[in-house]
Amino acid sequence: MELNFTGTDICAINGTRSAPETHYDIVVVGAGPSGVAAAIDAAKAGAKVLLVDENPVSGALMGNDIPLYFGGRMTAATQNTDRMLEAIFMSMPALENAMDAGVELLLGTTAWGVYRNGPGVASLPQQVVGLADSERSWLVGFDKIILATGARDLAMSFPGWNQPGVMGAAALQMLLTRYEAFAGQRILVLGSHDLALETALLAQARGIDVVGLIEVRDAPQGNAELVAQVAAAGIAIHCGQTITSATGGINGIESATLSTGDVVACDTICVAIGLIPSIELVDAMHGPRALNATRGGYIPAGEPSVTAVGDCAGLADSGFDHVAYRMDWMRALSDISADDTIICQCEEVTRADLIGVQPPNYLSRPAPMCARSLDTLLEDGPANPDQPARQPPRTGSSAAAQNPC
Amino acid sequence: MSGSEVVIVGGGVTGLSAGWWLARSGVKVTVLDKFIVGWEASGRNGGGASHYSSPLFDEEQRLWPQMDELLGYPTEHQKGRILIAMTERQWEQYRFIAERHTRLNHPVELLDVKQVQEAVPLAGDNSFGGVHYKFGGHANPQRSVQAYAWALQDLGGKIVQHSPVTDFETAGGKVTAVKTANATYGCDAVVVAAGPQIPQLMAQLGVDVPLAAARAEMIITEPAPMMPLGGVDGHKIYGRQTLRGNLAYGGGPHEWLDVDATGPAARPSTPLARNLAKRLAELLPKAAHLNVIRSWAGIIENSPDGRPIIDRLTSPDNVVVASMSSVGFGLSPASGHAIRDLVIDGKCSFADIDILKLSRFDNLESDWREKRGWMPIS
Repeated sequence: MELNFTGTDICAINGTRSAPETHYDIVVVGAGPSGVAAAIDAAKAGAKVLLVDENPVSGALMGNDIPLYFGGRMTAATQNTDRMLEAIFMSMPALENAMDAGVELLLGTTAWGVYRNGPGVASLPQQVVGLADSERSWLVGFDKIILATGARDLAMSFPGWNQPGVMGAAALQMLLTRYEAFAGQRILVLGSHDLALETALLAQARGIDVVGLIEVRDAPQGNAELVAQVAAAGIAIHCGQTITSATGGINGIESATLSTGDVVACDTICVAIGLIPSIELVDAMHGPRALNATRGGYIPAGEPSVTAVGDCAGLADSGFDHVAYRMDWMRALSDISADDTIICQCEEVTRADLIGVQPPNYLSRPAPMCARSLDTLLEDGPANPDQPARQPPRTGSSAAAQNPC
Repeated sequence: MSGSEVVIVGGGVTGLSAGWWLARSGVKVTVLDKFIVGWEASGRNGGGASHYSSPLFDEEQRLWPQMDELLGYPTEHQKGRILIAMTERQWEQYRFIAERHTRLNHPVELLDVKQVQEAVPLAGDNSFGGVHYKFGGHANPQRSVQAYAWALQDLGGKIVQHSPVTDFETAGGKVTAVKTANATYGCDAVVVAAGPQIPQLMAQLGVDVPLAAARAEMIITEPAPMMPLGGVDGHKIYGRQTLRGNLAYGGGPHEWLDVDATGPAARPSTPLARNLAKRLAELLPKAAHLNVIRSWAGIIENSPDGRPIIDRLTSPDNVVVASMSSVGFGLSPASGHAIRDLVIDGKCSFADIDILKLSRFDNLESDWREKRGWMPIS
């Protein structure tokens, strides 16, 4: 043991992390209405403000359903980044107000993580947000961060959903309004709460043929005024029903079969059952979160140093229990799904394999493996949702972490 | 010792392997874990299984190719490893190591830049050369820990999760029971394989186990096209290509931490992920366009000389302590076997592991962490 130690471990992290190249009083992540408004307020109060938004993402990423569940229903216009940038500025005049107020704006820039010292880490020279555009990644220091990361589409599986043309409501709204780049013509909408009703009305107003809404519960779920508007627009809401399968060809969805046996011709099935507040960055910060069923799921919970605005702080509370509603849909769709229905598109996990806790097809399944199931796993006590797949958790908010399932 | 009861404290890969080996010998095994088995560093590491400087190396090499069959569950074990040198200095180091392997009769082959590109399709022409280890290999840590746990249950062993051990009952120089908040587990022998929590647990038995904890981090990318050999690393990162194609890589620098008796409070990733991604992009330039989809950290305990501690104590004399100092995953088939031997026979049957005894630290200076610079950042 009598070696000459220097008191320094040259392989340790101590002092090796350099300060970020830039520092802002306030960094706002997400340039939707709430983020832009927060950035303008801060700049007007004299702060040095950086506002970043990952949009427009590349056409390739949109093809991977990032950041929203686009379902391959984008027109070729989304391949042109300059056009996409222009579309964002045209659709959001407030962005120019923000720049006039002195806000530094970076579009096409992803915030992939927020890091600060705390339990388990003391090596950061200051709290930083990790940014990346198509060329590089870098770190930015900040005094205060405002998360305005919005909400993302809730995807649900059913037989045939893993084809182009099944997409989310937030994605459809973005393609219709911001980019004018929706490639479908005839849509069926799943759900009848406000999100579904608003999406149906918007689509029809933009000249899309809305063939109807499917509601798993016995009555329309959204507010009465929106329900009346949908009725007045001549769009049917089919209650007490679910979709049982979708069929299609080389260009994706061609029809949907309902639990009544009816077959509906459509090129797009819009899953408008719910939105999930995007709290990945809160998670990356190890910020506290809490389940709030009337505000859309897990939302940031009460830490003063994490400021969340807009949908990522929780959906507008109308008293509607989003979680119970999703569970009704989930049960109905689970009931009609077959063993070979794909549950996870990214990793090609089937319903039977998920419930059976089985490994991917490229691995062998000896007899003991086949005898395992979710039931045997739960015999060992409460399981972590990531445990059946034995996958480590996803990164905070890297582009590829936001796939629909 | 068939029919006797052994309690294993800690359901990491070492505790699970020890439990499986003991269960194979007819011992009644209970594994206690404070949370979920294999959920910390045991399941979050590079998956390498080429620990040639360990006395357990030959047994590691003998067992890994059989583990899928022995356990009855897939581990994704693959043979071989290629180290790629990205600097002149690394190339010197790797050639030096290769020479040592040749002297030890471990089959290695030096690769020039062109041969590196042929063997590693994702590599570029930016390397200085490589070394192909035609031994060793790698496996999937997440799957392997689960495989051990299930195989142990299949032999009648019990796994009790969400049950941190609080203390021990002793009598007549032996531990007679292990206690959790809700239950007391009587035992004939105990294996303490609780990773960073070992020092606090052993202190209750009056035994000083010098360990310091550090955080290590990893990243994983989107799937890349499959390479013929997945165990490719070097350039100060370690890792593997999964059978799905993802590139899973970790590396320093590490951060020294203090860990409470209840375990690490958090295992946060840091912007080091960016630095790992940069090194990976240099090592495998044809994968540089891939997105990083996950990052994670694990807390690893380290002994003062960086070697594992695997030892049956003299007092209490029915306790085996096992701490693997960051090489626990790869050596797990062999460490479990050694622990089984110590518990049942009092002596390792297949290797001389005296070098891993705790007593080597008997005269350790009290300020050993300070001297090494292994202190947490204040």
